[in-house]
Amino acid sequence: MIPELGHFALIIALLLALTQAILPLYGAQRGNLTLMAVARPAAQGQFVFVALAFACLAYSFVTNDFSVENVARNSFSQLPEVYRFTATWGSHEGSLLLWVLILGFWSTAVSVFSRHLPEDMAARVIGVMGLISVGFLAFLLTTSNPFERLLPAAMDGNDMNPLLQDWGMIIHPPMLYMGYVGFAVAFAFAIAALLSGKMDVAWARWSRPWTTVAWAFLTLGIMLGSWWAYRELGWGGWWFWDPTENASFMPWLAGTALIHSLAATEKRGAFKAWTVLLALVAFSLSLLGTFLVRSGVLSSVHAFATDPARGAFILGFLAVVIGGSLVLYAWRAPKMITGSGFTWFSRESLLLANNVILIAALGAVLLGTLYPLFIDAMGLGKISVGPPYFNAVFVPLMAPALFLMGVGPLARWKEASLPDMVTRMKWALGVALATGLLLPLTLDGFKPWAALGFFLAAWIALAVLAALLDRLKYSQGTLPQKLAALPRGFWGMLLAHFGMAVGIAGIAMVANYSTERDVRMEVDSYAELAGYTFTFRGTTEHDGPNYRAARGTLEVSKDGKPVATLHPEKRVYNASAMAMTEASVHPNIFRDIYVAMGEQLDDQGAWTVRLFHKPFINWLWFGALFMVAGGFMAASDKRYRIALRRSEVPKNIAAQGA
Amino acid sequence: MKRWLPLVLFVVLVGFFARGLFLNPREVPSPFIGRTAPAFTLPLVGDANASFSPADMKGRVWMLNVWAPWCVSCRQEHPILMQIAEGGRIPIVGLNWKDKAREAEALLARAGSPYVAVPEDLDGRVGIDYGVTGTPETYLIDQTGIVRLKHIGPISPEVWKDKFEPKLKELGA
Repeated sequence: MIPELGHFALIIALLLALTQAILPLYGAQRGNLTLMAVARPAAQGQFVFVALAFACLAYSFVTNDFSVENVARNSFSQLPEVYRFTATWGSHEGSLLLWVLILGFWSTAVSVFSRHLPEDMAARVIGVMGLISVGFLAFLLTTSNPFERLLPAAMDGNDMNPLLQDWGMIIHPPMLYMGYVGFAVAFAFAIAALLSGKMDVAWARWSRPWTTVAWAFLTLGIMLGSWWAYRELGWGGWWFWDPTENASFMPWLAGTALIHSLAATEKRGAFKAWTVLLALVAFSLSLLGTFLVRSGVLSSVHAFATDPARGAFILGFLAVVIGGSLVLYAWRAPKMITGSGFTWFSRESLLLANNVILIAALGAVLLGTLYPLFIDAMGLGKISVGPPYFNAVFVPLMAPALFLMGVGPLARWKEASLPDMVTRMKWALGVALATGLLLPLTLDGFKPWAALGFFLAAWIALAVLAALLDRLKYSQGTLPQKLAALPRGFWGMLLAHFGMAVGIAGIAMVANYSTERDVRMEVDSYAELAGYTFTFRGTTEHDGPNYRAARGTLEVSKDGKPVATLHPEKRVYNASAMAMTEASVHPNIFRDIYVAMGEQLDDQGAWTVRLFHKPFINWLWFGALFMVAGGFMAASDKRYRIALRRSEVPKNIAAQGA
Repeated sequence: MKRWLPLVLFVVLVGFFARGLFLNPREVPSPFIGRTAPAFTLPLVGDANASFSPADMKGRVWMLNVWAPWCVSCRQEHPILMQIAEGGRIPIVGLNWKDKAREAEALLARAGSPYVAVPEDLDGRVGIDYGVTGTPETYLIDQTGIVRLKHIGPISPEVWKDKFEPKLKELGA
């Protein structure tokens, strides 16, 4: 009964989404306020019904209703309750339902926080989001019904993929989708602006906080995914350039370009057409990511649902949404008049350079990801493109962008002076160069890529400091007053840039100075790595809720002093008979000691064990968290709320007058 | 014209995607095609005393279908396998893969069995010899024991018509 209720709720949600899409868009075109007023209640109602459907599916999962095919395929009676709940979005159907749920959440958020927008703008934005919702709900109902019954019911489920049974995976998809789908708001704003023909600076101000928040969520989602891969796959790697990872990284690159270009559009009215195009591209890449992962066009370790009917539906949807928006763009682009000019060295030109590089990097990732498909489609054979390509292309492309990151915040709008910039930044350049050249010497050998990484990290961090000092110089009062007076948008930028510096330092260390060993270990034998001694104390049998494990014990010591006792596991899951390596990690701020069990070698309890020493790996996650915090901080800037209040005043007066 | 460029690039991309939908990126040419099917001897489901070995099928064209009771897409192809079996043109052997819960016998009794024999590969070792990456997978093996065709994923009526039938004709079965 409950699954049928959920199915029914989805159908009602589709009808509401149709209402939300058609009436307000038509009303906005006709200037009919009654029709425009439908937008908000329809969006909120749609969200309620999608949430109801989601709750029904979650209920079926938590209560082990194996008469629902989706539950039987992706859950298991012995699965701990929290994973039974998260299994709700572990499947293809469930994750699409989560997508729609989050789209509903964003639409509702827009409907609540859009009181200050002109009525036709709000109606168009919500209407466009309704159109996207229609597409996804129709996709769910026609090809991927999450409530499909399995009769007769299965005795038990197939279990959730053991790889996904990890708390990093519990929050990774919702965060990632908050980012993906959040770009739908920026997309809807761009389409609304194109439809109305009013591409003014106000448009950029309205979409800026939404875009920044979406970007922050996407950053968090990608970081969680990377962190999950690092701990859970047992290879000690944190980024694999897998198509699925690239699918989330490409919208991130476009989104990063977009938040910077929006800044130039809002402040200076610069590159309006380009900014609109980026807003379309960022969300298009989110849709493309969904298509790539869901259609089975590319093979990936993550792509778990492959079905040509589904692929054809998403591709058709993609063609309509992206193709339609690009036609609209091409038609309206000549109407966008760019603001006042700027010289070759100014904040505008630096932001433009940053954008060009980010988009070039995006192109390189897109090409690498789709290359196997191009080759296959032209009948030239089967190939795969791996990390060597991406590292060789991506790193050199990004290095100049990272260098410019240091200069950008200090440059004046419209026209900056290069000699002045050189005078102000030469100390930072000197310190950064010294760091890059000298720091590797104190480590395990000089490596050029590490030197470049340290230089850029130091450069960006010092530039953040310089930007802060520069800003304080021009404000009044005592230091705490001055600091408090700085706008949150500025703090957010500093924090995010500083996070980038921290992350780059981490990457330079972990990519160049990690060490690892695959060793055969007998009981009570020891092995050494990076100054640590690992003593193997054998394995014991350990029963988990839905798996059996051989749990190893390794004592780690340094210079005779105990550091940690680690318990890596080799698990076999009961339902799927899948073997899994559960690594054990001892983290601190300077390094991770990471141990994973290999295979048992003989009856005496000897095992192969993989030992890793990962210096500064945690700086990656910290760096990403700084960026996320910076994004939220910038989005909460007073400026956006003042704009809101200011526009409310005339409305009230108008109401009194009437 | 610059403003039409994004659209043009996108249209090209869609063309490739549309073509890509009809290709299978996982379909790596199997190294077993044209070679002798790896030998094994396994007990039969429901009768541990009897056993099956590919050598038993010498002189016949036959299919080895790797399946498992826990595999949902195997249920999807079950009706087609039943039709093929009823046609009597080619015998199907169903390798019961990693069936830890031992559900195969009951399931086949309930749903009907398209198989002439169901050897049981509990620990999946034979699967490894055949390079099985998941269920279902189907191998077409000729009179001399050579693998002629491998199909990954469920057999649909189209797959049967376009992939298996021409090969069967070629082999004179």
